[in-house]
Amino acid sequence: MSTASKGLTAWLTTEEPSSARHAALQNIWRVWMRFASNPLGIAGLAIILLLVFIAVFVPWLAPYSPFDQNLRETLVAPNAQHLLGTDELGRDILSRILWGSRITLSIVAIVSVIVAPIGLIVGCLAGYYGGWLDTILMRVTELFLSFPSLILALAFVAALGPNLNNAIIAIALTQWPPIARLARAESLSLRNRDHISAVRLMGASSLHIVIAHIAPLCIPSVIVRITLNMAGIILTAAGLGFLGLGAQPPSPEWGAMVSTGRRFMLDSWWVGTMPGLSILFVSLAFNLVGDALRDALDPRQE
Amino acid sequence: MVNQVETAISSSKRRSGLRKYSRLGGSLFSVLTTLFLLVLLTFVIGRLMPVDPVIAVVGPDADQATYLKVKQELGLDLPVMQQFWIFLKNLLHGDFGTTLLTGRPVMEDIARVLPATVELATVTIILGAGIGIPLGVYAAVNRGRFADHAVRLIALLGHSTPIFWIGMVGLMLFYAKLGWVGGSGRLDLFYEDVVPGVTGFLLIDSLLAGDMDVFWSAVTHIILPASVLAYASIAYISRITRSFMLEQLSQEYVITARAKGVSRRGVIWLHAFKNIRVQLVTVVALSYGGMLEGAVLIETVFGWPGFGQYLTNALVIGDMNVVVACTLIIGCVFIALNVISDLLYKFFDPRIK
Repeated sequence: MSTASKGLTAWLTTEEPSSARHAALQNIWRVWMRFASNPLGIAGLAIILLLVFIAVFVPWLAPYSPFDQNLRETLVAPNAQHLLGTDELGRDILSRILWGSRITLSIVAIVSVIVAPIGLIVGCLAGYYGGWLDTILMRVTELFLSFPSLILALAFVAALGPNLNNAIIAIALTQWPPIARLARAESLSLRNRDHISAVRLMGASSLHIVIAHIAPLCIPSVIVRITLNMAGIILTAAGLGFLGLGAQPPSPEWGAMVSTGRRFMLDSWWVGTMPGLSILFVSLAFNLVGDALRDALDPRQE
Repeated sequence: MVNQVETAISSSKRRSGLRKYSRLGGSLFSVLTTLFLLVLLTFVIGRLMPVDPVIAVVGPDADQATYLKVKQELGLDLPVMQQFWIFLKNLLHGDFGTTLLTGRPVMEDIARVLPATVELATVTIILGAGIGIPLGVYAAVNRGRFADHAVRLIALLGHSTPIFWIGMVGLMLFYAKLGWVGGSGRLDLFYEDVVPGVTGFLLIDSLLAGDMDVFWSAVTHIILPASVLAYASIAYISRITRSFMLEQLSQEYVITARAKGVSRRGVIWLHAFKNIRVQLVTVVALSYGGMLEGAVLIETVFGWPGFGQYLTNALVIGDMNVVVACTLIIGCVFIALNVISDLLYKFFDPRIK
């Protein structure tokens, strides 16, 4: 085992990569080593992995059902049976928070999956074609960028109707512009490179160049950018839930749970405090990972 | 010969003046297109509603004749382009339509609630900049040391905390448990409508009336929501100040000044800080606008009768006239702040002159 891992480390750190894939893996390894040297980043990653673990195995982890009411045990303070207490309908708050991790993670995942290709396509088209297409696309991007994301999301949800799906669509609508701007900047610097000119001379169409040669090269920085935005996505989603415009009761969405807790805050502090703490932990974790990732990818900083 | 030179100079002067105007015209044009796109966007948001707005007014049981009549009254039978034209024309007259619930003009309502939010945002930005900027400078000067990490952690927590939650916890702790601050609203109920509303800002109105009790009540009510909102902007402002300062401190003139015998404090505040003032003005202006976002959540938590609460109430009942008007106003505020910070930049930065 130890010789094998030594062999792997040697393979990953050798000065002479044997293939393009080998070099790419080495590059990832170097970034990972820099990332791993940041204890805060590792702590954040640990929290996120824990969250993923919880979200996957929650049916076996949660002590109670998130929906079962027990009207004889409403607003019970944290104790041995209910570690985080119960809410106004006697539901176990710990179980609801654990189930809520699925909602939070799916919002983050779905928004990222929607936003990345949209931002990538808009940005690459604008950057590669330039001219009036660039002007139009970037004007629209700037318009969306000039809004605080929560306000725009609120307006869209109000128009579309308040539920979780529309909240996800609304958040996605507010999250693509920074990615588009990033992808545009990248493709601007790429479009006059030699290998792109070579493909163009070989007769490739512009669309083919954008899709097959420019967009793939923008993907790494887009991924980093999305990671940096994830904490913002979580907070916006929680804010929508808190205002009653996101996930609807009885769904155990954390923001909506804080909103419920507000009604009982004077007598039963735990109802709103606990879900709020979980929002804080998770968005802090994403922020820590994003920060560490940015530092790891940009070694010039230190 | 001399004449020729003079003409050349004056013509070059004229040309550079012309260029300046055309640049100004260009930015005016781009501001106008952004404004137009903003209006278009809010128009689209207003028409997105999946529920038929006519049915929302007449109810599902209305007969065909009533339905058509209301549709006509709402102007929804016209082609979309014409609807947009009417929307635009009304906007230019400052007419945002009426609210669903009270039937009052939206514009009047907004003028009534706006001072509360502006007051909150102003106290917040004073706290945010007053604490955030020194923290950022302190972190930059002590780069890599404990103080730097502590400021970084404070900022990270500020970026990660759900603002509505920290507001709620603050109310539980400082109002319900400790009784240090006032609860919901801008004043204790007892003091409502005691002082005449001159400016709409209670802190100023109460001082003008010379009523210290009301002033004190207003202070105890604004301090918690303002601090909670300020935390988020402290996080942002301190990080940016730190990176601006680091950039300056790594310049050679800093070393020169130190070598000449200028004190550490002198270099930091008289040299390095002086150079980042202009950039900081831009940052503070933009985070003043960002306050509107936090205000929506924080005003709900604190029952603050301002713009944010007005918008939230409209959102919950789906009052699209109000939503459209508020979105438009927030968008305009942001565009205006961008323009203003640009102008400030030009005004203060000697290099641009």
